[in-house]
Amino acid sequence: MSNPILEARGLHKHFGALHVLKGVDLAVAERELVFIIGPSGSGKSTFLRCLNRLEEPTSGSVVIDGIDLLDRRTDINHARQRIGMVFQSFNLYPHMTALGNVTLALRKVAGRRRAEADVIGRAALARVGLADRASHYPGQLSGGQQQRVAIARAIALEPRVMLFDEPTSALDPELVGSVLAVMRALRESGMTMVVVSHEMSFARAAADRVLFMDEGLVVEAGPPAQIFGAPQEARTRAFIGQIQRH
Amino acid sequence: MTNWQHFVATFFNAAVMAKYLPDIIDGFILTVGLAILVVISGIAAGLLLAVLRSFGIRVLNWLLIFVVDLFRALPPLVVIVLLYFGLPSLGFEPSAFGTTWASLSLVLMAFAEEIFWAGITAVPKGQWEAARSTGLSFLQTLGAVVLPQAIRLTIPPLTNRTIAITKGTALGSVIGLSEILSQASSGVSFSFNPSPLTLGAAAYLLLFLPVVIAGRWIETRFAWKR
Repeated sequence: MSNPILEARGLHKHFGALHVLKGVDLAVAERELVFIIGPSGSGKSTFLRCLNRLEEPTSGSVVIDGIDLLDRRTDINHARQRIGMVFQSFNLYPHMTALGNVTLALRKVAGRRRAEADVIGRAALARVGLADRASHYPGQLSGGQQQRVAIARAIALEPRVMLFDEPTSALDPELVGSVLAVMRALRESGMTMVVVSHEMSFARAAADRVLFMDEGLVVEAGPPAQIFGAPQEARTRAFIGQIQRH
Repeated sequence: MTNWQHFVATFFNAAVMAKYLPDIIDGFILTVGLAILVVISGIAAGLLLAVLRSFGIRVLNWLLIFVVDLFRALPPLVVIVLLYFGLPSLGFEPSAFGTTWASLSLVLMAFAEEIFWAGITAVPKGQWEAARSTGLSFLQTLGAVVLPQAIRLTIPPLTNRTIAITKGTALGSVIGLSEILSQASSGVSFSFNPSPLTLGAAAYLLLFLPVVIAGRWIETRFAWKR
């Protein structure tokens, strides 16, 4: 890969005696969509959270957009503006409106004035199809709408990479589609994305590359056709077989 | 004289009440002033300690928890008496007002710290993570995301605790502070009639009923739509 926008090398993570990541490497090219699948406890969420240092890796390196995230001299708060993150449980601020959620970091971190931030925030909400929900509080929105506001909150900062940590796992089945549609549109706009998810049909349709993780290691990586159609590793085959049974 | 007339003459004696009303009013004004000061300084100090505690500096937190537990364990009256009679031996002679203010503030600080801390820890971890992932610093997250939610959660217990502790202004009577209770008791001693105490009770109701009602209002005002 010529110029990866995100590069993680040899990531290890210990939680006490528990060795969760055992040397994970990943290089993501600009505009690429990388999907990470694997059984629960495989370390895929921990790996994703190491990519913006919500989780502190025990060792290894993470470079995003030329910034060494693990360098002590790196201003992590500044660097995080380039890395958007979307969580399984949305994590919207319940005491703020949708627009308030989207504009908080614009004002506090990016230093925009309120009027400016509001314009950017409304545009971000429009991108996720929620222009008319700007003044709603999270409690007044459906799960799917909340997750789209969370996506708007991340993209408003114009990140170079977006991380999705099981973005549809907490949603009722009928609401999943609206979130996936927004993610698809985001991909079409050229956003670089790393997605941890169980949405296999989405992975098959949209991913450039699929990583299968198990027990803290990348077992197999390749285009979706290979991982889902002709997996090389026995563990991958077993996992794919299991999820395709239902 | 019927029982009823006797009761009224004893507890609602108009002549006695009229005579001691000005004293009760003085006591009322002093109590209101003291209560306001205690509420402001006690809650502000409690919030400050809770914020300090959230930094997770181990040694500081041990010290902080020790101080908080100390003032939660000691009866407010003991704190007042200890400060009032203990400090002069250190060459520092506090006034009755200053002692009562400081003692009640310390006790309210201790309880408020615990309540705020409970509120801060009750805010889901995901709120911190979402804010930090967008680049907000620890303090920005605390100030803009966590504390507003924590404070809303703490308003009911904090209101109750604040009322309980500000009622402790009556304890100042022990060291000669001329607050409502002290004025009422001296009225009783001079008039040989408990009507000044009735006035005192009315004064306390006048003072604390609005606080209780305000607490209820703040509770609804601060509730957000879930």
